[in-house]
Amino acid sequence: MVKDKLMLWSICLLATLTVVPLLAILGEVLLRGYDQLSWTFFTEPTPTAYKTMEAIKTGEPIPGGIANGIVGTMIMLGMATVVAIPLGILCGAFLAENNKNSFAQFVSYLTDLLQGTPSVIISIITYIWVVVPMKGYSAIAGSAALCIMMLPLIIRSTEETLKILPASLKEAGLALGGNKARVMLKVQLPAAFGGIFTGVLLAISRVIGETAPLMFTALGCSFIRFAVDKPISAVPLLIWEFFNDPNLQELIWGASLFLLLFVLTLNLSSKYLAKKWNQ
Amino acid sequence: MESITPILEFKKTCVSYTKQTMAVKYVSATIEKNTITAIMGPSGCGKSTLLRAVNLMHNLYPNIRVDGEILLNGENILSMEPIDVRRRIGMVFQRPAPFPTMSIFDNVLSGYALNGIRLSKEEKMQTVERCLKSVALWNEVKDVLNKKGTFLSGGQQQRLCIARALAMKPDILLMDEPTSALDPIATKHIEELLLELQKEVTILIVTHNMGQAKRISSKSMFMYLGELVEYGDTATMFSNPTDERTKEYLTGKVG
Repeated sequence: MVKDKLMLWSICLLATLTVVPLLAILGEVLLRGYDQLSWTFFTEPTPTAYKTMEAIKTGEPIPGGIANGIVGTMIMLGMATVVAIPLGILCGAFLAENNKNSFAQFVSYLTDLLQGTPSVIISIITYIWVVVPMKGYSAIAGSAALCIMMLPLIIRSTEETLKILPASLKEAGLALGGNKARVMLKVQLPAAFGGIFTGVLLAISRVIGETAPLMFTALGCSFIRFAVDKPISAVPLLIWEFFNDPNLQELIWGASLFLLLFVLTLNLSSKYLAKKWNQ
Repeated sequence: MESITPILEFKKTCVSYTKQTMAVKYVSATIEKNTITAIMGPSGCGKSTLLRAVNLMHNLYPNIRVDGEILLNGENILSMEPIDVRRRIGMVFQRPAPFPTMSIFDNVLSGYALNGIRLSKEEKMQTVERCLKSVALWNEVKDVLNKKGTFLSGGQQQRLCIARALAMKPDILLMDEPTSALDPIATKHIEELLLELQKEVTILIVTHNMGQAKRISSKSMFMYLGELVEYGDTATMFSNPTDERTKEYLTGKVG
């Protein structure tokens, strides 16, 4: 009995210890960032150095916000997702259907490799492939880098979800005279939707905080911009910029809190939707 | 001797999963039109393997070989396009497998959707009503046609799968132990349904259940270790089997 209790208490203690840093991070960001959250924080772009210095001199709160970063992040995430979803699903379906084919195995290894590639390497490659030929930083280059990072996650989740579907589903479709493509499109992929959707949301939350790839590709921009062929800002880029500017350092926390809340919302909604779909 | 209309003929049909072993060995038999033929035998005797050869299900797995001939109205299935064969030969599986993301309505019509055939709204409604009526499901589901197929009970799901196969107006319906996952009452419903359906379609049914074979089939095949041991009228086979192995199986000595 004493041993059981001892065991229980030590497990509880260790579990608490692991949760402490996580809670501390959340708490720190919340406490420091909470004050900065206001309507203008989401609607105004980053303040200029002059305006900031004036505000600091007069003791007013720092004007402006992270709207340029939010717009840039959404544009790049949107473009990356739109390209990565069809490519990733097609590739995942191919891998799930041809797991014995040697080319498929090769692709599968590559996917693993891509998933483990440091983001800075992907950034450099995107820089050489997109930024150099386009003669400039742009939202397109940024979304290309994010897209490459999202692909392995979408491919894997599609493949795994398709593989765990009962074989009878596919056979039933084929037994009705459907060809493989139609059975995939009308039976297998809809049945796998929950898993694929979760994979897409996880891929988005994985890349939304990526900073290095955007430094090499999107560069940043101090005003709200919708052009896709020009340098553009992003929330993680802004955090880096704020960190480097002593006058703007206070804005770091609001931007961090925004990112954290966004990822949290994505994760929770993906869990909720997956659950709902499986019922 | 009464004349029979053959619809399906097995001619020395062999199926092998590996090079060394044959799962189905030189089966020859003629299936009569608008009958129910039961395929019986112990587990692993090749019943399902033989059945799945008829709609070219084995083509999906490159290491499985099918040899000999299977004639559908005199034409060799093995040299036909799988898609054409499967449109004419429906199949119902052991576990009810309605498409989980489709409504009851869409499940019945899924054969058309999967073949890229467009139907008018009227044709759709007529087909759904006709097929669900012929599997005696219409009265139970006519108000919930938009609910998911998986919302139904196991027996209803299996009848939905039969309706889905019938919607394509097949010549032959293959059934792979369609009632083994169902309770006795649902089984009884399906058996009554099959007796009714044989007027429009030829049924080939694999079954573990000797009682079921006796109740519904007019002809029976008995398979053992991949061979077709005995084939003939069900009544004769049950009362007076010619082969010793059939006798042992029917009396419960093996199986």
